[in-house]
Amino acid sequence: MNLLEILNLDISFPGRAGRVQASYGANLEIKQGEVLCLVGESGCGKTILALSIMGLLPQNARINGKILFNGQNLFSLQKKEMRKIRGREIAMIFEQPASCLNPVLGVGEQIAEAIRIHENCSRKVSRKRAVDMMGLVGIPSPHRRYCQYPHEFSGGMAQRVMIAMALVFRPLLLIADEPTTALDVTIQAQILDLLESLITQFNTALLLITHDLCVAARMGNRVAVMYAGGIVEKGQLNDVFKAPGHPYTQALVKAASNEGLVSIPESTELSLLNSGCWFHLRCPLAQEICTQKMPKMQGGVCCHLC
Amino acid sequence: MKGTGDTMIDIVLTFRRDRLAVFGTAILCLLTLIALLAPYIAPYDPVELNLSQRLLSPNIEHLMGTDSVGRDILSRIIYGTRTSLMISVVVVIIEVVFGVLVGTAAGYLGRAADEILMRLVDILLAFPGIILTIVIVGLLGSSVMNLIIALTAVGWVGYARVVRGSILSIKKELFIESARAIGCSKLRIATHHILPNIISPVIVLATMNMGTIIISIAGLSFLGLGVQAPTPEWGIMLNEGKPFMESAPHLMIFPGLMIMVTVLAFNFLGDGLRDVLDIKTIIGS
Repeated sequence: MNLLEILNLDISFPGRAGRVQASYGANLEIKQGEVLCLVGESGCGKTILALSIMGLLPQNARINGKILFNGQNLFSLQKKEMRKIRGREIAMIFEQPASCLNPVLGVGEQIAEAIRIHENCSRKVSRKRAVDMMGLVGIPSPHRRYCQYPHEFSGGMAQRVMIAMALVFRPLLLIADEPTTALDVTIQAQILDLLESLITQFNTALLLITHDLCVAARMGNRVAVMYAGGIVEKGQLNDVFKAPGHPYTQALVKAASNEGLVSIPESTELSLLNSGCWFHLRCPLAQEICTQKMPKMQGGVCCHLC
Repeated sequence: MKGTGDTMIDIVLTFRRDRLAVFGTAILCLLTLIALLAPYIAPYDPVELNLSQRLLSPNIEHLMGTDSVGRDILSRIIYGTRTSLMISVVVVIIEVVFGVLVGTAAGYLGRAADEILMRLVDILLAFPGIILTIVIVGLLGSSVMNLIIALTAVGWVGYARVVRGSILSIKKELFIESARAIGCSKLRIATHHILPNIISPVIVLATMNMGTIIISIAGLSFLGLGVQAPTPEWGIMLNEGKPFMESAPHLMIFPGLMIMVTVLAFNFLGDGLRDVLDIKTIIGS
């Protein structure tokens, strides 16, 4: 059974120039304990998709469709029930770890607070668990660093704190939104190693959002490619990267491979697309039908030509 | 602010380098002591009349001289410290509580609440503060209680504005989003994540405000709208000394000096705190 199932998810925002469609009929599933990488360019709706799973979309978002978590539709839950899931069963870490920590509260105290929100325990107990967790994510001398403030932490250490906070309850699903984008390459490798070992240990499923195909290739079991609010291709990671089906994925893989940098022609504004395939304006293979009809997902690829 | 280890030491060290702020703190500590120990250090009863010893210049028995009905000015100054500090502290506390509540509601509860509360604030700000205070005291009658009511009714708006502004910028920060992601409720975010971030500006504002309030209390009492004679209070003393300004200037000089020193001390302290409590300067250094 799938742990998380996103069914025909439409998300749009009212804007001055008309509605902006941030997610268009997205379908996605994540199994227990697997790593799904969601790749795509900036602004294609990856983060919005993640926030919709967390129930943290801005209030003006219009949502259609379902997100089933353990068979339960997250959109039908009361606010209070959703809060119980958030942080405990589904956790999330963000791109900018340093600004995700409250600058005027001690770092350890923030982890301890995350514990106390969901479990009725004394300050002493939550402090001990927070220190243990800080040790587990590889923060040296956690007792001393418990009392320090976020500005005393480097980006990598701050991301470790965020991971500690997110994984305290061994959630079923961890959403990592560009967790290493703001970090330099060596720290990136350390953080990915840490994430990998912890989610295996806790049997946590990971939805890894990234625009870095190398990160995706390294971490993922499966991959989903998103473009302009729609999932254009999904499948086993090796299959997709070795033999990409969708022209967009092909272009992405080409751009990332050793054949030299090949850029994809200019990007499109989300709200301007009214009919046809999302990618037709930039697609080298586009034909008459691509401008008129939205293709359907078939065999993991969403394209008329495959 | 929850101070642990290094950060608190940083703050104290930075603060100690600011001479004026240290000076202000020293003066305020002294004034607080004087206010607390007034009955023990005042040489005479501040309201005891002694018509045979009226309008004496400062001498060894009466260090600051005596007033028009023979009361010891030093004793009245000492008790006056008590009156001024006590009233201004009460006023500031009420203002802060009210201002923070309203400001938080406006900044955090959404557009409608914001519009209503901020228009109310705008209306109050449209009147000159001191005139509004005088009108309120005039309507309610002059007493210490009504003075406090009038001062707070006008003063809380400043806090509400500052708090609302800070909250509007803080609630967009990523750490608020991340607090929601770990399952914090709205109320918890307000009390645990937003309030600690706005405490510093509020403390600074409150300290600076103390000076203004002390001047207002003295001013209103001088006009007969605040504390009533014979209670020892600096503004009243100024008023009582006015007819003898030329023949016995010490009647006005000493209370005037006290008001000036106290207000200056609060302003020095406020300036120092502003430099020190700004969390961004701490991160920068």
